[in-house]
Amino acid sequence: MNLFADAIAWMLAPAQWTGNYALPKLLGEHLALTAISVLIAAIIALPLGWLIGHTGRGREIAVAVSGAARAIPAFGLMVLLVLLLGVLRVPEAAITTFVLLAIPSLLAGAYTGLEAIDRRVIDAARAMGMTEWQIFWKVEVPLGLPLLVGGIRSALLQVIATVTIAAYVNLGGLGWPIIQGIPLRRFDQVLGGALIVAVLALLVDLLLAAAQHAAVPRGLRTGRPARRRTRPLNPAPAPAASTA
Amino acid sequence: MFTARGKRSVLAVGLVAAATLALSACGGNPLDEPSSDAGSGSGDSETIVVGSQGYYSNEIIAEIYAQALEGAGFTVEKKLNIGQRDAYMPEVESGEIDVFPEYTGSLLEYLSDDEIDVTSPDDVYTALTEALPEGLTALDYAEASDQDTYTVLKSFAEANNLKTIEDLKNVTSTVTIGAPPEFEQRPYNPAAAKEVYGVDLAFSATGPTTLESLLAGEIQVADIYTADPAFETEDIVALEDPKNLIISSNVVPIVSSDIADKVSDVLNAISAKLTAEELVSLNVLSTVDQQSSKDIAKKWLEDNDLV
Repeated sequence: MNLFADAIAWMLAPAQWTGNYALPKLLGEHLALTAISVLIAAIIALPLGWLIGHTGRGREIAVAVSGAARAIPAFGLMVLLVLLLGVLRVPEAAITTFVLLAIPSLLAGAYTGLEAIDRRVIDAARAMGMTEWQIFWKVEVPLGLPLLVGGIRSALLQVIATVTIAAYVNLGGLGWPIIQGIPLRRFDQVLGGALIVAVLALLVDLLLAAAQHAAVPRGLRTGRPARRRTRPLNPAPAPAASTA
Repeated sequence: MFTARGKRSVLAVGLVAAATLALSACGGNPLDEPSSDAGSGSGDSETIVVGSQGYYSNEIIAEIYAQALEGAGFTVEKKLNIGQRDAYMPEVESGEIDVFPEYTGSLLEYLSDDEIDVTSPDDVYTALTEALPEGLTALDYAEASDQDTYTVLKSFAEANNLKTIEDLKNVTSTVTIGAPPEFEQRPYNPAAAKEVYGVDLAFSATGPTTLESLLAGEIQVADIYTADPAFETEDIVALEDPKNLIISSNVVPIVSSDIADKVSDVLNAISAKLTAEELVSLNVLSTVDQQSSKDIAKKWLEDNDLV
């Protein structure tokens, strides 16, 4: 318990709020790296996932690649890329690692969202004369949105947790207190940094959980009828007619 | 819902899971300390156990100690490449390891909770002997060291007429020093350099890419450790530190006090011959020529008539 108190004290100390390694600056760097990586991953993974979900083809490859990519040891890959690309390309190396980490969840979110839609809805849309593009944008994307947001949530969480390693290659971020604190043996600093990352991850998770809830199209929300009924479903039997 | 086939596959999965659990118990507890090779360990008072860090240069020095002791008639057991201080210090302090090559300054930093205000080799050594726990003795320290430096490219030094750290004031453009992240908080960090020498340095936490960044021109000054083979293989030069800003960290054998008298002659003779340049050459043999630490140690001992 004492270490927790020390960690909080470290977080609140004025040294952590000024200078080159101030916590707000580190937070900004961390969020910037996360946002850029997830955005690039989305540009790659969403169209691909939607294509797979819409046409129903290529699903096995997508599943296999997603599974394999999730197993990438991010730290090892990042260091390898820095060695291969050289010290002048460190940001590119790190962001590539985070993009590769984010792609599986986004890909899965995109194609499962589309796969989960009842085929009859698609048939009905086709029967109404919608073009493929109209079906995609007006029917499939809105209906697939909750699962897609779930995929974004999962990707964001993974990347936020992993961007802590960016500090190892001089890119800043909330991993800095951890990476600097370990050789200095300042464990209040290490724990402080770790706690901040954990809290950030939880906050983003809550935010996206709310977004996921809000992404469900109005017509599909359970717990509230889509249309207010003005008459009961089963009207009381009318008094018997006088005819025999 | 459970067909015959369903029940069989559930049973099969259950058996596999049980077998996996049973087999995993055979491996033993991964958190246990590594057991010694010969099995006798510290119980045998005749065997001297020599350990080393998870660092190739330290392993070479440990091999030198071990082979020299064997040449002097002792039975030696080697426990090399253990890891960082958090991993091996408990064994050193408990006496399970008898001889360990260490570095005065960094060991002092590890053992002291307070600020360290000594920097010269003698002062650091004295402070270390006071800080060592009961049961451990520091023998003579060598000239060879593995300490921080403010290093520049030779071309940069010539262009700006640099010999000492203070000369960095001559440079008109921004000077950035690259180093491991913890350097920013050490007593010899850029802020301290400003106090002692009046130089303004920006800091970049280049960590593992420090040497490459210096060679690529991304940073002007780099914290390259004095035993780094780059001092022989690249055109770099360490700036002189006449005011002793940087803490010295010389190679020193840390031994269990009860055997200190027995081994001091052998190990002190090694420390007398191990100069800074010699250590860099040994490291070059390891990293560039890919020789094993055993061979490097053997040749060095023969060349110096120590075995």
